[in-house]
Amino acid sequence: MSKTEELLHTLEQEGKPALIGYFPAGYPTVADSVEACVAMCESGIDILELGVPYSDPVMDGLVIQVATEQALTNGFKLSMFFDLLREITSRVSTPVLVMSYWNPIMQYGVERFARDLKAAGGAGLITPDLIPDEAADWIRFSDELELDRVFMATPSSSQARLDQVARLSRGFIYAVSTMGITGAREDLDAKARSVVSGVKSTKTEVPVCVGIGISTAEQVTEVNSYADGAIVGSVFIKAYRDGGIEELKKTVKQLKGGN
Amino acid sequence: MTEKTHLQDQNGPYFGEYGGRFVPESLIAALDQLEETYAKAKADPSFAMELDELNKTYVGRPSIITEIPKFAALAGDIRVFLKREDLNHTGSHKINNVIGQALLAKRMGKKRIIAETGAGQHGVASATAAALFGLECVVYMGEVDTQRQALNVARMKLLGAEVVAVTTGSRTLKDAINEALRDWVANVDDTHYLLGTVAGPHPFPTIVRDFHSVIGREARQQMLDDYGFLPDVVTACVGGGSNAIGLFHSFLDDENVALWGFEAAGEGMDTMRHAATLSKGKVGVLHGAKSYMLQDEDGQTIESHSISAGLDYPGVGPEHSWLKDLNRAQYFGISDDEAMQALKALSQTEGIIPAIETAHALAGVIKYGSTLAPGSTVLLNLSGRGDKDMETVGRYFGFLE
Repeated sequence: MSKTEELLHTLEQEGKPALIGYFPAGYPTVADSVEACVAMCESGIDILELGVPYSDPVMDGLVIQVATEQALTNGFKLSMFFDLLREITSRVSTPVLVMSYWNPIMQYGVERFARDLKAAGGAGLITPDLIPDEAADWIRFSDELELDRVFMATPSSSQARLDQVARLSRGFIYAVSTMGITGAREDLDAKARSVVSGVKSTKTEVPVCVGIGISTAEQVTEVNSYADGAIVGSVFIKAYRDGGIEELKKTVKQLKGGN
Repeated sequence: MTEKTHLQDQNGPYFGEYGGRFVPESLIAALDQLEETYAKAKADPSFAMELDELNKTYVGRPSIITEIPKFAALAGDIRVFLKREDLNHTGSHKINNVIGQALLAKRMGKKRIIAETGAGQHGVASATAAALFGLECVVYMGEVDTQRQALNVARMKLLGAEVVAVTTGSRTLKDAINEALRDWVANVDDTHYLLGTVAGPHPFPTIVRDFHSVIGREARQQMLDDYGFLPDVVTACVGGGSNAIGLFHSFLDDENVALWGFEAAGEGMDTMRHAATLSKGKVGVLHGAKSYMLQDEDGQTIESHSISAGLDYPGVGPEHSWLKDLNRAQYFGISDDEAMQALKALSQTEGIIPAIETAHALAGVIKYGSTLAPGSTVLLNLSGRGDKDMETVGRYFGFLE
């Protein structure tokens, strides 16, 4: 079984909430992003979602767009990515999943990306614009290398598509809480619960984590009451942007502590 | 023996290896709904009747063919014919697709349409259809384009649309599409994304092509009826590729008809400042489809450059990528200056002011017409009129301060 899945199951058995934290590689610089990611892991996130900056991030709100644009402006290149990942995985034991839009991976080569990801200690890949229908190569190489493969389940997905996502995901399933892009929202959509129950009705063993719009400790607690983890991104970037690494650590602790 | 397959019959999701649906899962239900609605509409004679009636009484179809002998003389011993899409309501071919998709939006019960626009022609056409059908309309336009196409911004606002200036990324058409996709992800229940070109995820490349294929269907018949022959060359400018596919489609299986597409070479094919996606790009995924695109070795999209806002796009429709690889169509680059000189030439030889986009095809005929045998015939899609470009043109030639 995937180590990510084992970890999420263990947390659930122990009655502890799971917190998955996103941060973009190379933001604001490569070295800074390593320190920020390590700090997030040491402050209590259970899984790190490490973003690959991309020029056309259609699934991301303004906070992440601006951060990843800055990473690219400051010279982030894919050739630096696996060293950056290796440094994080050598310093912390937290599973690291990479979140990347598809074109950078296609250009790097799907097989080469998968092998380099594995070699650098990465746990797997979250693909916001790659649906299972288009993912034959990635499915093949992630099976061969036993990498996590996170597809998305959304409020508009049919039950047949939820079945497919459940069957083909490994590590966890990314349940999109509301119709929209990343960014903090005050009210979490009731739709999140229905997506999770739709996925759970497939009897999948793969954990289901909820993301998009989560910004408070209360929301993290609430999501963990019916799902297997909460995914948080924009709030961490805002904290880092406005208050540096200390504010980032404080925010992780707040969201993880549930108070 | 197997029967020869017809290029014309190729529909999405894939054109060869190109096309597909590289989009967030959130949009799949809406794309499925659109595909299903379109399939039902195609099978329903009342849809075709309604579209034909609007084309006749609102758009002004069929558009005419004009032969331009004085312009043709600049290109050698050839004859050149224009398919006059500039005479359509709203001044370009864009209205063909917009009317069709607005009818589909109505069938889906969607009350709100969103659109991206570069030159503003698709935005104006969308705002027009929204006014006609009583739909709410939001148009995303790169901030750079709102400045160089200010007149079209005013037209859209007058028609009742909201125009959102996009200030992220390169602030041009590519970023307007990103923002429209984000809006659609959030509002997919009540909103139809009225995509304006033959790019994007399936089924858009097929649907948009089908609504524009009226151009080639009419033109092919008009050539046969009025002149008694098919042209040797059929040509159009290519940005995303909608007017070109619209004209090409009816000729795809006419083996003796050459297809020429002219892309924007901007400041030159050997500079970094161009929009020649098919000539200089590599295969990748942009805005939901696999196709040629301008990108660096990391797969980051490279900003395109063209004096023409409508061609200033680093991607291209997947069917064009397929036609290029099959060698069925050939694609060439035309620089800003070549296009501007051709724009002036058509205006002064024939009294027709084309859009700067269209002028790229006119320049292509001047540039490559001499390679044709004497007496050859060329059919060119005059995809839009140039009124919107008068400020750019006036400054370029020094008519305006």
